Amino acid sequence: MKFDLKKFFSRKPKNELEGAGVPPQPQPNADPAAAAEAAIPEKLAEKCEKCGQIVLSADMDENFGVCPKCGHYKKITARARISMCVDAFEELFAEEQSGNILGFPGYDEKLAALREKTGEKDGVVCGTGTIGGERCAVFSMDYRFQMGSMGHTVGEKITRTFEYAAERRLPVVGFILSGGARMQEGIVSLMQMAKTSAAVAKHAEAGLLYIAVLTDPTTGGVSASFAFEADVIVAEKGALIGFAGPRVIEQTIRQKLPEGFQRAEFLQEKGFVDLIVERREMKEKLSALLKIHAADASAAEEVSL
Amino acid sequence: MNAYEIVLKSREKGRPTAVRYISRIVEGFIELHGDRRFADDKAIVGGVGFVGGMPVTVIGIEKGEDTNDKIAHNFGCAHPEGYRKAMRLMKEAEKFGRPVLCFVDTSGAYCGIGAEERGQSEAIASSILEMIRLKTPTLSIVIGEGGSGGALGLCAADEVWITETSTYSVISPEGCASILWKDSARVAEASECLKMTADDLAVLGAVERVIPERDFSEEFFADLKADIVRFFRGKRGIPAEELVEARYKRFRKF
Repeated sequence: MKFDLKKFFSRKPKNELEGAGVPPQPQPNADPAAAAEAAIPEKLAEKCEKCGQIVLSADMDENFGVCPKCGHYKKITARARISMCVDAFEELFAEEQSGNILGFPGYDEKLAALREKTGEKDGVVCGTGTIGGERCAVFSMDYRFQMGSMGHTVGEKITRTFEYAAERRLPVVGFILSGGARMQEGIVSLMQMAKTSAAVAKHAEAGLLYIAVLTDPTTGGVSASFAFEADVIVAEKGALIGFAGPRVIEQTIRQKLPEGFQRAEFLQEKGFVDLIVERREMKEKLSALLKIHAADASAAEEVSL
Repeated sequence: MNAYEIVLKSREKGRPTAVRYISRIVEGFIELHGDRRFADDKAIVGGVGFVGGMPVTVIGIEKGEDTNDKIAHNFGCAHPEGYRKAMRLMKEAEKFGRPVLCFVDTSGAYCGIGAEERGQSEAIASSILEMIRLKTPTLSIVIGEGGSGGALGLCAADEVWITETSTYSVISPEGCASILWKDSARVAEASECLKMTADDLAVLGAVERVIPERDFSEEFFADLKADIVRFFRGKRGIPAEELVEARYKRFRKF
């Protein structure tokens, strides 16, 4: 068989016009890898950010965004995360967006550029759906929006998700990824920590379950608020989790940090994370946790001993 | 004064720290130590006493006055055990229906190996969560620097007051300038942009009251004490659920 060079170097059409035809439509809630692919920009191959090896994008996607060569967890978008773990997702509060509250220089342009680049209004996607058949409210943070930093929009949408869930008696599953508060929104972004915490408290007092899934990275103001206020704290394997970022700590104490410091495994060892879950098993584990919490404890059956 | 001058003033040597406020405002203060988990963090001073005959729980982030004192108090940068001590004392106050008064003065929660190992994030998150639903009246007063999460851990109160040359911010202007512009020399500009001074915070609704400092005279402390008493008297008889709901609304508006 003749090797088709032309075919090898051709790329997938970027859009309908370029493709001169109907592109394959992503099936909502089809298998997670395919859905995840739909949310990741199309390309043939990519370089693993950890090992530097070239990996076929299709292989990366099939492997849940985990490098097949070295096992490194690639960051995935908020929607790719939802596709991997949540069925029958219906988005909520999609129109929520705020502007440059403090009139911070350059922030309008920055927001506009990020919105253009990502197609998202801000750094979190919220809604409802099912995980293993269990209905829940969901929020998922996006690294492409200033590494998931929390300003007014992020805080407001997460608060509304908890309020919505409390009213409808739904558990909340939050996929967390954030470098911290968004400094261009000053004190307003700091207040989001208190606002989201108050909403978590209200949801908790209604006797409802909140599972936080901490992914790489979870630091700063988000780690010091709703990330560590959950009933069950799940961490994705290898995720960086901490209050201060490692560089800030190294500058403060003027020494190098030990290997593995502030990684999910370290936090579990120190007693701050309930369990570490691999990405490909996330949906199954979340489903199991939701099922146990949804079960009626008084419904014990007679068991022959 | 421009914003940067206020930033410098909020950190000025000789400015009264939390223990001075406590000694001028609280009668018969008894300090209570430790988080009953790990240690007694001297960056946070807490205890019980009377203000105008009313029993209160008082918690202050203490920077220390002279050099040795500053070292002893870790320059007002608390570890997780400091926030856990504060939480323990707040829960004790709630049990006996005593109001809680906090004095806040910190450049931020401590960044270091021990602080991370013992869960700085979890400690601050829990402190915010517990304080925001505390079933007793709470008042926090920023008396110098209100540095980010480390300050917010003690500011999830019914009202937040601030003295006129104090600041309250999501990040230090130095941190902001170096992260955003990769230029720590632009700290004065960052101080303006962050809207972190008392007057700007009042406009944004982040503080209810800006307190004139009057060179921290005896009259300043006497009037502040009278205002605190009036504030807590006004909260008497309000059912706990209403207090918590009003606090929810206070933070919900942001």
